[in-house]
Amino acid sequence: MMDITNVRPYGDTLGDGMVQLSFTLPVAFSGAAKEAARQLVSDMGLEEAAVVHAEAISDTFSYFVIYAKCKNTVDMTKIVVPEVTLEVLSKKEIDEFIQQKIQRKLNVVGACIESDAHTVGIDAIMNMKGFNGHKGLESYHEINAVNMGAQVECEELVRKASEMEADAILVSQVVTQKNIHITNLTKLADMLEAEGLRDKITLVVGGPRITHELAKELGYDAGFGPNTYAEHVASFLVQQYKNNMNILE
Amino acid sequence: MLGKLNLNQNSIAEGRRLAAAIVGQVQQHIDAHTTVSVERTVLRLLGIDGVDSNDIPLVNVVIDKLCQAGMLGKGVLFWMINAVIQLNQTPQQIAEEVAAGNIVLTKLPLAEEKAIIDRAYAYAEQALEKIRARRQERSSLIGELGKGREPMLYVIVATGNVYEDAVQAQAAARQGADIIAVIRTTGQSLLDYVPYGPTTTGFGGTYATQANFKILREALDSVSKEINRYVYLTNYCSGLCMPEIAAMGALERLDVMLNDSMYGIIFRDINMKRTFVDQFFSRLINGYAGIIINTGEDNYLTTADAIEAAHTVLASELINEQFAFRSGMVSEQLGLGHAFEIDPNTPNGFLYEVAQAQLVREVFPDSPIKYMPPTKYMTGNIFKGHVQDTLFNVCSVMTGQSIHLLGMMTEAIHTPHIQDRFLSIQAARYVFSTMKDLSDEICFQPEGFIQKRASEVLEKAVDFLKQIADMGLMEAIAQGSFAEIARKPEGGKGLDGVIVKAPDYLNPFIPLMLQGGKRQ
Repeated sequence: MMDITNVRPYGDTLGDGMVQLSFTLPVAFSGAAKEAARQLVSDMGLEEAAVVHAEAISDTFSYFVIYAKCKNTVDMTKIVVPEVTLEVLSKKEIDEFIQQKIQRKLNVVGACIESDAHTVGIDAIMNMKGFNGHKGLESYHEINAVNMGAQVECEELVRKASEMEADAILVSQVVTQKNIHITNLTKLADMLEAEGLRDKITLVVGGPRITHELAKELGYDAGFGPNTYAEHVASFLVQQYKNNMNILE
Repeated sequence: MLGKLNLNQNSIAEGRRLAAAIVGQVQQHIDAHTTVSVERTVLRLLGIDGVDSNDIPLVNVVIDKLCQAGMLGKGVLFWMINAVIQLNQTPQQIAEEVAAGNIVLTKLPLAEEKAIIDRAYAYAEQALEKIRARRQERSSLIGELGKGREPMLYVIVATGNVYEDAVQAQAAARQGADIIAVIRTTGQSLLDYVPYGPTTTGFGGTYATQANFKILREALDSVSKEINRYVYLTNYCSGLCMPEIAAMGALERLDVMLNDSMYGIIFRDINMKRTFVDQFFSRLINGYAGIIINTGEDNYLTTADAIEAAHTVLASELINEQFAFRSGMVSEQLGLGHAFEIDPNTPNGFLYEVAQAQLVREVFPDSPIKYMPPTKYMTGNIFKGHVQDTLFNVCSVMTGQSIHLLGMMTEAIHTPHIQDRFLSIQAARYVFSTMKDLSDEICFQPEGFIQKRASEVLEKAVDFLKQIADMGLMEAIAQGSFAEIARKPEGGKGLDGVIVKAPDYLNPFIPLMLQGGKRQ
């Protein structure tokens, strides 16, 4: 029986703790370099480190593939992961809700901000065609969706949001280097706050390295990771609207 | 090369004819205008370099003053050469004096027009002599060291620090890379000036500056001699400073430039009237310098669907080709772009990829086609990503692609770590070696899936070009014909830098460089 208070990695036998690692050391390849890699893995708290592959990348770099055993376990009953609590509605239900309850189109603006030139994520959520058979927000009758594309400066996005009286801003951050996505996202949140727009707008971020927890920490209303489609985001926007109405009532 | 697709040669000829007509319309706009960046480029070609006390490049200072005075329509060379004659100083000295506020170019007495024109031609010839020397230097290095065999392995480095880039570029060359591109820092394409000096900070890439080009060229020259193979250096000749980057690249002997006639309009929202003029002058320089340009059609498939929009890629390649011919470039310099971007879940997706790659190969038999790896459907599953990249490698060697941009298993996660690049080069070399002559053994089933698909894309591209020819290219872009992104002729950045040429506009570089790539 699997004991979820004591979970560790699985290779081919329950409890074996097998993990695979690969990394580069900035030193010339040698027996000593190989031993250095093995010792490093031991120092990570992993046992029985086996260097199964090692080779020179160039005169000054060496590459390793290592297997080792993790003896630590984790108690999953103690884990709480904040996730967006969401009743996912269909496209039709979303359009109907907006038509009946909001009685005007929902204005949504999206962009990859600042350094990010990768529009794959924002396109999947916003563009007509969507992704994997899930139509994007542009295809929703009751949503006025504007996708500003890549490398949009925060200033420009805030200006657009203000101009179109956006109900929501969707931000995508895909490719990142040295955690630049955190800087970008903080900049946008601060700017909306400074402009007095933050309370009027639902602020959502998505991307492969985004979690709801991180989003909340950065002052966003929601964060979506991989496997998110337009209906998830739209359901959240509708639900936010509902919550706000309840507060008003 | 013998055709394997049994393509209708009349359709190919019709596509070229339509593309030439489309470009001919735009050329009227190009011939009637200059831009601030074209004029800054003229100054750079004269050797003007450096910045003023506020770190603004001298070429910007001089051009901005003339532009504000409304005097740029005659061409900067007219005013600069007049000053050279009047003051008997070098262009660099004059630019410094203008920046210091000691002289105003338009307030100097005017020399006789013929004297100005003659001196302008002499200066232009002298400047072009430098570019010819760099071109000659490249030829003799390739003659001496040889270069990578096709498909040439192209990798990107992007650390933000030019000195770190040099280390990584050398490491990649030693591992087997034939072409190294130093990706530019975020947002440089939207700067209306070129930063100055060596740089060590940048996000997602490194500033393109002339000093950085020089540092990387020296690093690659030294590694080329060590590994006995001339390694190509690539940068990005795009954005608001497109022609200036071309001049810098020509002077520092870059070998390849990303240089598309429409990419900036569509993906960077740069004004189309600006871009069309800028791309013409930048391609004149690239052509003259013997540089291979890479076009950006691969990008269309990151926003539009690779199967549905395949014909737009071919149509755009034909348009890019005609624009390049107008700048005196030859087929051998045109690294027309496309990509392996079909959804991996599509049944027979690989057959579609082969059809497209072979089609591009056969429509442009003399061009060094640039083939881009999967990006859109790459996930955090690096192991699956490595397989996707392997299929891309197979397709490339099977269809005789020329410039092969290596896919990275960590695409969609981060800019490549050193082992990502290493594993990628290793995998591609394995595939290219084990399948070295596979393409010679392949013929496709007559009227089979691949032949039919290729013909269908070709016919759709011709129809699409007909529509564009009817409405004009600017209107077609305004309607979102490429990449499903619409841009208006008056919209985007940089329109205020477009200037109507005066009847006596002076720029001898244009006629002198028009021989371009034809000059061997």
